[in-house]
Amino acid sequence: MILVVAEHRDGTVNRATLETIAAAQAAGGPVKIAVLGAGIDAIATQLAAAAVEEVIVVDDPALKDYTADGLVLALAQLIEAEKPERVFLPHTYQTRDFAPALAARVNRPLVTDCVAVKGDGYVRPMFQGKLQADVAVDGAHVATFQIGSYRADAMASGSAAAPTRKAALSIDAAKIRQKPEAPFKEAKQAVDLSQAERIVAVGRGIKGQEHLQIAQDLAKAMGAEIAASRPICDAGWLPMDRQIGSSGQTVAPKLYVALGISGAIQHLVGMKGARTIVAINKDPEAPIFEIADYGIAGDLFEVVPALIAELNK
Amino acid sequence: MKIAVCIKQVVTREWQLRVNDQKTWIRDQDASFELNEPDAYALEEALRLKEKHGGEVLVCSAGPARATQVIREALARGADRAIHVEADSLATADANAVAAALAGALKEEAVDLVLTGLQSDDQGFGQVGVVLAEKLGMPHATIIMEVQKTDAGLKVKRELEGGWFQWVALPLPALLTIQSGINQLRYATLKGIMAAKKKEIKKVTPAAAAAPAQRITSIYFPEKGKKTQMLPGAPADAARELVKRLREEARAL
Repeated sequence: MILVVAEHRDGTVNRATLETIAAAQAAGGPVKIAVLGAGIDAIATQLAAAAVEEVIVVDDPALKDYTADGLVLALAQLIEAEKPERVFLPHTYQTRDFAPALAARVNRPLVTDCVAVKGDGYVRPMFQGKLQADVAVDGAHVATFQIGSYRADAMASGSAAAPTRKAALSIDAAKIRQKPEAPFKEAKQAVDLSQAERIVAVGRGIKGQEHLQIAQDLAKAMGAEIAASRPICDAGWLPMDRQIGSSGQTVAPKLYVALGISGAIQHLVGMKGARTIVAINKDPEAPIFEIADYGIAGDLFEVVPALIAELNK
Repeated sequence: MKIAVCIKQVVTREWQLRVNDQKTWIRDQDASFELNEPDAYALEEALRLKEKHGGEVLVCSAGPARATQVIREALARGADRAIHVEADSLATADANAVAAALAGALKEEAVDLVLTGLQSDDQGFGQVGVVLAEKLGMPHATIIMEVQKTDAGLKVKRELEGGWFQWVALPLPALLTIQSGINQLRYATLKGIMAAKKKEIKKVTPAAAAAPAQRITSIYFPEKGKKTQMLPGAPADAARELVKRLREEARAL
């Protein structure tokens, strides 16, 4: 049996959870869903629409706000009681925060960031997505699935709602060491890139802040906004509100030009919805070329000036 | 505060990856290596906390003999001393084995705080820090963008997805995994490099590791999406072709 641990916020199941249910259904065999929180009947009802054996509900005031300790305490008991052969979770920031501790607590291996189930094992990226590995894992285990690796709309719905069952666990709130405050957003972002028609984004390949001008010039020639991958903003070369990716903005412009961006998944999730993607990178094996519509494997310091000249003709 | 920073040596980003003949790992005999970037931010944060609150920064790395390179680098940037858990098998070990090796070295050190990067640039498990917290019996928080010392322990700013954050309080001792960009990195000075030569690197051998529970059966370059049209030729030719396609085919300009 595969147990999928659902993730939800503000009363709604997130899309990554539906993708993970789809992964479990594709893997074959019986699937159950566990949902944990406080006052979550409505969420359990949403989940019961999926074609699964049952939805197990752990409703406890100690689980009202997410904490790593709270979920590890609860899920370790649930895994002990239900004995699923595999436990699947979406590879979200929340899962990354508690799943390794959970796997260690129940003494099971954890395979993270999987993009596919392959036989009895999994496929996962390594070296920032430049390589992929087939991974074999022994015995009962836990696996997490990268956002977008399965399609949420591929999740099969049941002909009738799946049965829901409340699991009574004892969760000692005094054992929860993290005391969280309410999530917040930083002061309003000055730049809303989600509305941009065209975006020119720079990555590590730009090498130095002094080279940003050629990217700016290209953006001007294309009528595009300038943006960047995380390392550029970390270095302070462009402000944080120009960052595209899982920790920055998500965009879907008509045209996205990636200059010197290798294409780590954290960046790709922020821009793969663009209608037309152009990648210019000196490394012909860069993962950005996997999702580009047009690619030029070459030195951006030669290609970009040629592009600007061509556009200004 | 006594702070331990766990660091990993990884192949440099610039090195052109090549896969070995058995397709089980990269051909890293002729690779160049560097400090895992997220770990560099963890080290910097530890140095800043020490400058503010006093104490000691202890660097700990679990890896083969060549990992001495990044340990020296950390000492040159300002760490006080180091522990090197040395074994060839640690170069490709799974997260559980690495965390066990680090836990063995840190158990007797009675540190107040353990910092590490949120994941490594090579295998990218994103697990070692959190598993280490579990093995050391410490509370943890991950993907941290700010660390404040309070009377009761720590208050840390956790990064959530899509531009959201959250403050979390936790008691010490604790473990944090640090997000890249939390601070601006310092580089080693000549004085630091000279001073590092006199600093202690304690070498220890890890306890016999359990057989790895997950193994790479095959490692390879991902298949390219078939739709990608690569535009060959000299820069001027490729640029001309690209502009033409963007105007006429994609209608994106």
